[in-house]
Amino acid sequence: MSRPKALVLRSTGTNCQEETSRALTRGGADTDVIHTNHVLHDVSKLDPYSILVFAGGFSYGDDLGAGRAWGAELRHFLSDTLKKHLERGGLILGVCNGFQVLMETGIFEPEASASTRKMALYANESGHYECRWVHLETLETKCPWLVPGERFPVPVAHAEGRFVVRDDEALASLKAAGQLALAYTTPDGEGDVLYPQNPNGSTAHIAGVTDPTGRALGLMPHPERNLDGWNHPDSARMGKRPEGEGAEFYSRLVKVAAGAN
Amino acid sequence: MAPTPGAPAPWRIEIFRKTRFDDPEGTHALAAIEALAQQSPKLAGATSVRYGRGFLLPGELSADKVQEIVGELLADPVVDEAATFEPGATPPAPPSGQRMLVARKPGVMDPVAQTLTRSLAQLELIPGESTPLVQTFHVWQIEGDLSEESLTEIGNELFANEVIETLAVGDETLAYGLPSPRPPVGRVEVELLGLDDAGLMELSTGGQLYLNLEEMHCVQEHYKSVGREPSACELETLAQTWSEHCQHKTFRGNIDFDGERIDNLLKSTIAAATHEIDHPFCISVFHDNAGIIEFDKDLEMDLAFKVETHNHPSAIDPYGGAGTGIGGVIRDILGVGMGARPIANTDAFFVGPQDLPAEDVPRGSLPPRRILNGVIAGVRDYGNRMGIPTVSGGVWYDKGYVANPLVYAGTVGLIPRKFAHKTVVPGDIILVVGGRTGRDGIHGATFSSIELDEESEMTSAAAVQIGDPITEKKVAEGLLTARDLGLFRGLTDCGAGGLSSAIGEMAENTGATVHLERVPLKYPGLTPDEIWISEAQERMVLGVPPEKLEECIAVFAAEDVEATPLGEFNDTGRLVLKYEDEVVADMDLEFLHNGTPKPLRKATWTKPDLADPGAPKIEDPKATLLGLLAQPNIASKEWIVRQYDHEVQGHSVIGPMSGRKHDAPSDGTVLQPCPESKKAVALGCAANARYGKLDPQAMAETVIDEAMRNVVATYGDPKKTALLDNFSWGNCDKPEQLGALVLASKGCYAAAKAFGTPFISGKDSLNNEYRVGDTTLSIPPTLYLSSISVVPNVNNVVSMGAKKEGNLILLVGHTRPELGGSELHDLMGLWGGNVPRPDLRYAKATFEKLHGAMKYKQIAACHDLSEGGLAVALSEMCMAGDMGAEIDLSVIDHDDFPEGYDVDTTLLYSESPSRFLIEVEPGKKYHLQSKMSGIAATPIGRFVSGAKGISIKDSLGRPHLKASLDEVREAFQTRP
Repeated sequence: MSRPKALVLRSTGTNCQEETSRALTRGGADTDVIHTNHVLHDVSKLDPYSILVFAGGFSYGDDLGAGRAWGAELRHFLSDTLKKHLERGGLILGVCNGFQVLMETGIFEPEASASTRKMALYANESGHYECRWVHLETLETKCPWLVPGERFPVPVAHAEGRFVVRDDEALASLKAAGQLALAYTTPDGEGDVLYPQNPNGSTAHIAGVTDPTGRALGLMPHPERNLDGWNHPDSARMGKRPEGEGAEFYSRLVKVAAGAN
Repeated sequence: MAPTPGAPAPWRIEIFRKTRFDDPEGTHALAAIEALAQQSPKLAGATSVRYGRGFLLPGELSADKVQEIVGELLADPVVDEAATFEPGATPPAPPSGQRMLVARKPGVMDPVAQTLTRSLAQLELIPGESTPLVQTFHVWQIEGDLSEESLTEIGNELFANEVIETLAVGDETLAYGLPSPRPPVGRVEVELLGLDDAGLMELSTGGQLYLNLEEMHCVQEHYKSVGREPSACELETLAQTWSEHCQHKTFRGNIDFDGERIDNLLKSTIAAATHEIDHPFCISVFHDNAGIIEFDKDLEMDLAFKVETHNHPSAIDPYGGAGTGIGGVIRDILGVGMGARPIANTDAFFVGPQDLPAEDVPRGSLPPRRILNGVIAGVRDYGNRMGIPTVSGGVWYDKGYVANPLVYAGTVGLIPRKFAHKTVVPGDIILVVGGRTGRDGIHGATFSSIELDEESEMTSAAAVQIGDPITEKKVAEGLLTARDLGLFRGLTDCGAGGLSSAIGEMAENTGATVHLERVPLKYPGLTPDEIWISEAQERMVLGVPPEKLEECIAVFAAEDVEATPLGEFNDTGRLVLKYEDEVVADMDLEFLHNGTPKPLRKATWTKPDLADPGAPKIEDPKATLLGLLAQPNIASKEWIVRQYDHEVQGHSVIGPMSGRKHDAPSDGTVLQPCPESKKAVALGCAANARYGKLDPQAMAETVIDEAMRNVVATYGDPKKTALLDNFSWGNCDKPEQLGALVLASKGCYAAAKAFGTPFISGKDSLNNEYRVGDTTLSIPPTLYLSSISVVPNVNNVVSMGAKKEGNLILLVGHTRPELGGSELHDLMGLWGGNVPRPDLRYAKATFEKLHGAMKYKQIAACHDLSEGGLAVALSEMCMAGDMGAEIDLSVIDHDDFPEGYDVDTTLLYSESPSRFLIEVEPGKKYHLQSKMSGIAATPIGRFVSGAKGISIKDSLGRPHLKASLDEVREAFQTRP
C-alpha cells in the first residue's frame, strides 16, 4: 500500500500545523504544510492530495468571530475545489479552528443558504477560553475512519466551540442524516454529561459533525495533542498505553485514504 | 489625539446575539456589575445586559454592499442579528434600559479593524485602491434601575480604560477618523550647554528623559567637548539607552554596603556564580536576548529561556500591559541568536488582595480584582493566539502590590546549535519587519524606570502599548523561515526604546546610518523622534547581507509581513539618523553605550526588630489545615490555568494541573519539545515576598531551593539545571532598599554556587513605588526565580499525585523551626521569626540522591514541600490521587525545637526548604533508603482509600487531625 498524500492547510494565525503534520506523518501519510495564500489562485495545487486537513489556531486572530475571516476566504476561492475533492473520494478534516472554518465554508450543509443553515459554533457557555481534557464518544456516523461506540480522551482548547442548531427540527434532521459524529461523554460513559465534561455547553453534547457523505469531519477537540501515552494528565495511572488515542485517530484516517487510492 | 475633522459620516453596524440564543458576554457583564455592586451598593440595580459588537464602515459604500459585508464577514446567520444604520443615523433609544458605548481612541491599535480591512480588500468588497477607514466599538444594552452617573461609573470600573478608550452613556456620538497630524519637523536643537543645575533637571523631567543630575552633567560635558548643542533625537536616544530599564545602572553600579565596597553588584554576585561554576552546558549567557543551554548534545539542539517584567504598563492598562509583556518576551526568544522557536510561556502575577475594600484602593490605582482579571485576559489572548502553551507560573497576593502590581512573562525556545550566535557586519542592510509604527508606547523605557504617581495614568497615556498577536505570529513564521534559509546574520527585537534601542544595540561595535522617513507608519504626522523611540509592538530588526535582501523581503511578504530596509550598518562607530536627507542625530556609539556615570550608592540593612512568634499550639487542627488550603497563595489557580492553552504544540508530559481529576497543582511542568529526542525539559518557579520583607538573603536562597525542587521533583536533572533571576524592587536610591537588594544578590550567589546551577539570564525592575500625596508606597522586595532543567528520559518522569493504596509515604529532608513569613503565621496574624533557609551543605546531595532514586524507578510520586509545609503538600498529593492518607508524626526525628515551638505545629507547617514527600512501594523501601543514604528519608505513613480521608497522628502518636477529601477539595477550590 502506498503512502497517501496529506496536506495541512494553514492561514495567518493558524498554530497547530506542526503537531497535525506530525500526527499524519506518524499515521503513515506523506505530509506537506501550505499557507492557503499560496493556493487560492492556483487550486490545482490541492489535486495530488487525498487528505486535506484544516489545522487549529486563531486564523486572522478570530477577530471577526472564530474562523470567520478564513472561512469567508475559502468560501470565495475554494468551495468548488473542496466539493470536487469529496466527490472523487478525498477526505477532509477540520480540527478546532479548522472545524470553525469548515463550518463557515458551508461544506457541512452543501444544499443550504445563509437563511437555511442549520448549525453554528459560537461562544462557550462559560464566556471564555477553556483548555482541559475531556472524553469523546463516537456516534452512529458515516465517517469512514471513526468506529461508533468508541470512547477516548482528548484535550479541548477553545473559546467558541459551542455547537448550536437553528431549532429542534434541525437537530433531528442532522441526526437522521448521520451527520452528528462525536459527542462529549463521561470518562466511563455512564451518567449525565455535565460541565466540564461537556466543556462549552454544546447542544446534545455534540463535539464533531460531518458533511452528508461522512468524508468531511470537523471536531473541536485536538486528537493531535494526544499522540503519546504521556500526554494525558493522569497517564501515570492509566496503565501501559504504547501511544495516545489520538495517534490511532490519525492512522485510521490515513489507512482509509490509502484504501481509497 | 483628536480625530481628523471633516471625515464623512460612516455606516454603523451593531451585531447582537438573537434572543433565542444566550449571550455569554452579556451574562458575564451582568455578573461583573453585580459583583461590583456588592462593593458599592449605589451601583446595584442592573437586571439584564446584552452585549453587541459595533463596526463603522466608510459612508460612501452602497447599502447593498454594506449588507453583503455584514452577511459575509460580520454576522453569523444562525446565532446573530445585525442592525445597520445609514451614515449620520444613530440607533433609536431602546424601549427600555440604557446603552453604553466604548470605542478606542483614534490611532490606538485595533486588530479587529485591521483584520476586517484585510478581508474587505481580499474579497473585493471595497472598491478602489485606497485603504478604507474601519473602526470598531462595543455596546452594552443595560436594563434596570440605574442613573446615567452610576452607569458611567460602572463603565469606567469594568469596561473602559480611559487611557485608550472613550466611554459614552446616553450619547450615541462616535468619533470617526485618524489622529490629527502634527506639522512636519526636522532636526530640533535643544539648548543644553548653557543650562544650570535647575535648568538641567527641568529639561530632564519636562522632556520625560528621567536622567538624574549627574547623568545630565555627563551629557552636558560630552556636548561641550563636541562643541555643539544636542538634537532632540540625540537626547531621546541617550535617555532610552541610559534608562534603568535598559542599562541596569543600579545592578552595574558601585555600592557601599555598610562599609563593604561592591563594584558592580551583578558581576560580583549573580554573574560571578555563573562564571565560577563554568557549566559546560551553558551556550550563551547574559549577553544576548535570552540565555541558552544545551538540550540534546546528539541532536545539537539547545534551549533558550528569558523572563521579563512588565510592571508599570500593567498597572495602567492590565490587559494591554500583560499582553504586550508576553508579546515582548516572545520576541526576545525569536530574537535570541539567529532566532529560536518558542515552545512554552510562563507567567507570574503579584497583586493586591482581591477583597480589598474600595476605600483602601489608592487614588489613581485600579482595584486589585480588575488588575488580576485584566492581566490574566491579556496573557490568555496573546499567548493562546501565538500558539505557545502557557505552562508554568503563579499568583501571589500581598497588600504591598495594591498600587504597583508585578507582571512577569517568560518564554522558552528551542534553537539548533548552529543558530545560537549572530553577527553584525558593516555593509549589511538594516531591515525592520512586522507591524507599523505609531505613537504607541512612547517613553516606555524611561516610564518603566520611574515611580508611579496619581497622575501616571494620564501623563503616561502614550506609554501604553496594545498588542496584535497575529502580526507577531506572522513575524515568527517569516523569521524562522528566513533563518533556515540563511537570509540574515544580525537580529534583535524591538522592545523598550523601540528602534533606538534595537538598532543602537546592534550597531554598538560597528556603526549605522538610518533613514527614519522610510519606517512604515500607521498614520501620517509622526516626528522623527517619535518614529525613533516609539514602542509600537511586533517589530524586529534584521541585519541582512545586500545580496540576500530581495529574497528575505519575499519570505516575509509570503506571510503578509512588511519588511522595509531602513539603512545600513557601517564601521564608523557612529549612529547617524536622517530624516529626508537632514541629519537629525549623529552620535558617538562609545559614549552612548559606555558614557553612563557610575556613582557610589549607599546601601544598608537593619534586621527587623521583631519578637519570634514561634509555632503556637493549634486548637482546631482541621480548621487550620482547611484555612491554609484556602489561603490565596495556596488555593487552586485552576480557574486561571484553564483559560490558557497549555496543550498546544502537543508536547505535554506534565501539565500545570495533575491527577485523577486534573485539579491538583503540579510541581514543575515537563514538555518533550523534540519528538526525535527522549529528553524532556522541566520548568519551575518560585517567589516569596513575605520572606523577603523579613530576610532578603534567606528569601533568595529559599526561592532558589524551591525553583530547584520544582524541577527535581519531576525528574529534572539537578546537574543540568539553570536559573533565571527577576528582581522587582522599590526605589534603590534608598539605602535600605538597596541593602535588601545586595543581600538577596548575595543569597543568589551562595545558593547557585552551592547547587552548581548557573544563572543564564535575568532582568530587574527597580523603582516600583507609588506616590499618593506625600506618602510613598513601596512593593515588598520580590525575587521571581525561574528554573529550567533537562529531564534525561521522558519515560521516567514522576508526577505529584498519589498512585496506589498501600504505598508508603516518606518525608525527605529535615524539618527545622522555620515559620517566619509562613502561610501559617499569615493565617494566624503573626509576623516575625526565622525565615526558612536551606542548609546548603546538604541541599545539593538531597536533590542528586533523589534524582538517582528516580533513575532506578524507586519513586511512584514526588511532591515538594513549600508554602503551608507538610500538611498542605500531603493534602495536595491526596487530592491528585483521589486517595486518603494516614501519617504519624511521632516517627519523625528532629533536633529539639526552641521554646515557643509546638512540635506538631512545627512538623506540619514549618516551611523548611529542601524537603519532599515521596511515594514508594513497600517492597522498594529498603532499596530507596540505600539510594538516599546520608539524607533523611523517613516513612511516615501510607496512602489509603479516598473514602478514609486524611488522618494525622501527633508527635506522641495520638489522633491529631482528620479531614475528608471533599473537605480538603472544597477548601482548596476557594477562589480569592
